[in-house]
Amino acid sequence: MRPFKYERATDAAAATKAVSANSSAKFLAGGTNILDLMKEDVERPTALIDITRLSLSQIRSANGGVSLGALAKNTDTANHPLVRQNFPLLSMAILAGASGQIRNMATNGGNLLQRTRCPYFYDVAMPCNKREPNSGCAAMEGLNRMHAIFGWSEKCIAVYPSDMAVALAALDATVKVQDANGKERTINFGDFHRLPENSPEKDTNLTNGELITSIEIPKNNFAGKSYYLKVRDRASYAFALVSVAAALETNGNKIKNVRIAMGGVAHKPWRAMEAEKMLVGKEATEANFKMAAEAEMKNAKPLEHNKFKVELGKRAIVRALSMAMNGDKA
Amino acid sequence: MRYIGKEMSRVDGVAKVTGQAKYAAEFQVKNVAYGFIVQSTIAKGSIKSIDTSEAEKQSGVIKIFTHLNSVKRKDKDDAFCALQNEKIVFNGQPIALVVAESFEQARFAARLVKAEYLKEAHLTETEKAPTVDSRGGKVRGNPKEALQNAAVRISAEYTIPIEHHNPMEPHAAIAMWDGDKLSIFDKSQGVKEVQRHLAKSFGIATENVSVVSPFVGGAFGASLNPNYYPFLTAAAAREIKRPVKVNYTRRQMFTGHGYRPYTIQKVQIGASKDGKLQAIIHEAIGNTSTFEDFSETPNGFGRTLYNCPNYDTPYKLAKTDLPTPTWMRAPGAVSGAFAIESAIDELAYELKIDPLQLRIINYAEKDPDTGKPFSSKALMECFKQGAAKFGWEKRKPEPRSMRDGKWLVGWGTATGTWGAMQLPASIRITLKADGTANVGSATADIGPGTYTVITMIAAEFLGISPEKVKFELGDTKLPNAPVQGGSFTTASVGSAAHGAALNIKKKLFDFAVRDFGFAGVSVEDTEMAKGFLFSKKDNSKSVAIADLMKKNNLTEIVENYTSMPSKERNNYTSMAHGAQFVEVKVDEDLGIIKVTKVIEATAVGKIMNPKTSHSQEMGGIVWGIGMALQEQTEIDHRYGKMMTTNLADYHIPSNADVHTVETDFIEEDDKIINPLGIKGMGELCLVGIPAAIANAVFHATGKRIRTLPITIDKIL
Repeated sequence: MRPFKYERATDAAAATKAVSANSSAKFLAGGTNILDLMKEDVERPTALIDITRLSLSQIRSANGGVSLGALAKNTDTANHPLVRQNFPLLSMAILAGASGQIRNMATNGGNLLQRTRCPYFYDVAMPCNKREPNSGCAAMEGLNRMHAIFGWSEKCIAVYPSDMAVALAALDATVKVQDANGKERTINFGDFHRLPENSPEKDTNLTNGELITSIEIPKNNFAGKSYYLKVRDRASYAFALVSVAAALETNGNKIKNVRIAMGGVAHKPWRAMEAEKMLVGKEATEANFKMAAEAEMKNAKPLEHNKFKVELGKRAIVRALSMAMNGDKA
Repeated sequence: MRYIGKEMSRVDGVAKVTGQAKYAAEFQVKNVAYGFIVQSTIAKGSIKSIDTSEAEKQSGVIKIFTHLNSVKRKDKDDAFCALQNEKIVFNGQPIALVVAESFEQARFAARLVKAEYLKEAHLTETEKAPTVDSRGGKVRGNPKEALQNAAVRISAEYTIPIEHHNPMEPHAAIAMWDGDKLSIFDKSQGVKEVQRHLAKSFGIATENVSVVSPFVGGAFGASLNPNYYPFLTAAAAREIKRPVKVNYTRRQMFTGHGYRPYTIQKVQIGASKDGKLQAIIHEAIGNTSTFEDFSETPNGFGRTLYNCPNYDTPYKLAKTDLPTPTWMRAPGAVSGAFAIESAIDELAYELKIDPLQLRIINYAEKDPDTGKPFSSKALMECFKQGAAKFGWEKRKPEPRSMRDGKWLVGWGTATGTWGAMQLPASIRITLKADGTANVGSATADIGPGTYTVITMIAAEFLGISPEKVKFELGDTKLPNAPVQGGSFTTASVGSAAHGAALNIKKKLFDFAVRDFGFAGVSVEDTEMAKGFLFSKKDNSKSVAIADLMKKNNLTEIVENYTSMPSKERNNYTSMAHGAQFVEVKVDEDLGIIKVTKVIEATAVGKIMNPKTSHSQEMGGIVWGIGMALQEQTEIDHRYGKMMTTNLADYHIPSNADVHTVETDFIEEDDKIINPLGIKGMGELCLVGIPAAIANAVFHATGKRIRTLPITIDKIL
């Protein structure tokens, strides 16, 4: 770990000012990811601005939906009655991630900002465009079983690791942020994270010093029929090979509304728009789920070691939709 | 027996859970400096230049050691030794040690050390590396011809990746010098080995090196050899004339202590139509380093197991540009068992014979290699009891024939065996007039419960309660004991404790005969209990041990005792055995495998402490689940570098991966192996598990996975 300055912010304005004034300053919340990265010498901030004392940990209802404070803990969010009753998909996704101990420390804002677990990103002796722009991508021709099948570029094939964000993408959440001038803006979840393109060093569309203040989930009718499926190499404490957040609103057996987002397949939570489009107005049958899944996955571009993710992705979409529709009877 | 054979909680349990038990890195040493290891980023070549100037400028940095200014070993062997020359022989090799006032300062400065290399082409793929012959066993019969003539033949190749031990406790040492005398706290499975290694390396007398390692947070073989860091730590301490502590990071552990080698095994079996084995040719290749041969003979495993007249086990080592492998729990055996026990299962399907029945058909009543009888072998009882408990008779033979809703159900079995070894071991027992005893032996307790079992044996035969026994281990000042490995500790050190206690009784008995009218009583008929020596046959013959000592002006009796394996053992083959029955459920759509039930029945001689014994067996089963389904150190061969070098990428089972696990013991009364009838169990419990799981996966899915680990992508 390199020497750095530690400051404790007393309010959001001071925090955003401190970080925007120094391009190598970072916010510190739960610290579950950035401390690891600093120990590995991957992140090298010269200053950490501790925001944990800011009052941003509220979880409250807002316009029939819910407003999740950026500093609310993942555990508290997953277990909150408003979330469990109205957005069980989010509870499932949060609880599928990390471990109890990590979720107790990790915040909602921090969860969105966690960085890829690509082993080449983590190993400073290896080339990695995300860690060191223009050094190359060692994963492209290397061990890429865990990597992207959608939306990757020649510069970067990393996947985004969060489970929580996959559910938020499906639930059409928005992210509220505030800059050093106190100016607020709201970012649609789909625009919050980026595809790697030519600048994989940028995970999100936040500008330096912009602070996440809350995540807003609008009211929806998915609570009765939603499911988060995470397929991974062990039953707990492993990142997704493929995950699917599925939510359905039906009229009888007819699909009125559907949301499908995938994790473990791209540089951001991957909304399966193609599949969604095909399913609206159709019967909620396994055959239709399969057709939609195939339509979505035909655009996948797998790499040498992750070809299995295409078939797995298809099956996971079908399973997640079936589970959302029929529960354990699926 | 008062204590032996009864459940006893760990005597060191409270110390461990309250933090009083000190592990190597936790000892508080005044004025200690911290070393951080800098590692090479190429796999082969040499250091052209190394620039430490920027690092040296940083605050807190005391000294930076490289091959240019380091202490050179006085005595050379093949094992890797750090900072000896400019040569790079594996990726991640230590090329500098930064010593600073704090760990953080050392780690920071370590990142500023810059090396330039002259790169050479490396080779880390076992499949492509040049090989050397390392044949173990002799050819039995004429396997090639017998294979040709066999009515039924199978041939298959099995691959096991590199795996790492990953104990919870990272390796660490704190070294300090007093003139020519070195003291070191170390994480070790054998303090005497580290002592010998350091004495030879520095060219000083063995008695001038003290190694202390009272608690070890798991090791599994990773601390059997001395490893490179104790010398590196001690050398730095000598040069800066201050105590130095070096602690591996998790990443550094992957290149710092060896690993289970990458193994490719080809098994050919010939059998008659009624299932009698005619020939087995079991070839194996394991990787080793370019500078040292590590041989674990995985194909030796099956030789004592099956009654097969023709058997061959060619074995080669592939010289790769990686660190040297080492012993890892059930070394050789678990790898060999994965191949042989999978192949036997494949043969069973080919023959349409139940896999358990096939094993019974070929049951070896005596050692097929030597013709010697087994000193004991209750494997048949393990088969029967394990199968009954599991409900094996309800198994449908066809693959994919059993279901539980959307889950395919598979039942698999395999057999395990492991040598019941014993090595010379010494112990010192001091029985005091106040009825307490101090016991000491330079053995280790890496987790199996050695503190507890030796305490129990001493208490049993000294006739005092275990609370009155204080057992010390892990210190070179104590009498010689072998390393803790090979599952021979209790048989070796326990036999010494037993022998020492009996000698103390004999001394007291001699006093009693002389001073307290025990004439006419034989020592065998006497017992010590509750502070008395008494005759079990004659109530009138009883005397307080305190009185015996007092009469002879003694406050204590000291017995130094060395137990040796008996000569009688040479007339027998002594092995521990076990049978594993596994149920898996497979979600075929998603490739998910759950090991829902494991029943393991083992015959491991006399059980000393059922509580810690079951604990060990369960640990071995969980390990087997990891080996079968999860564990893998992946190498990027372009860089010759291990990449899954942390516990997020290197998977071991989480609680959620472990379901029903039951372990049963079939006790054997084997007085040939040693007077207490002790066999080891810490490795045996693992041996058959990966094969049993793979066999269950085949039964569930019809897919034979011959490359571990069996991950989701292999099932889809």
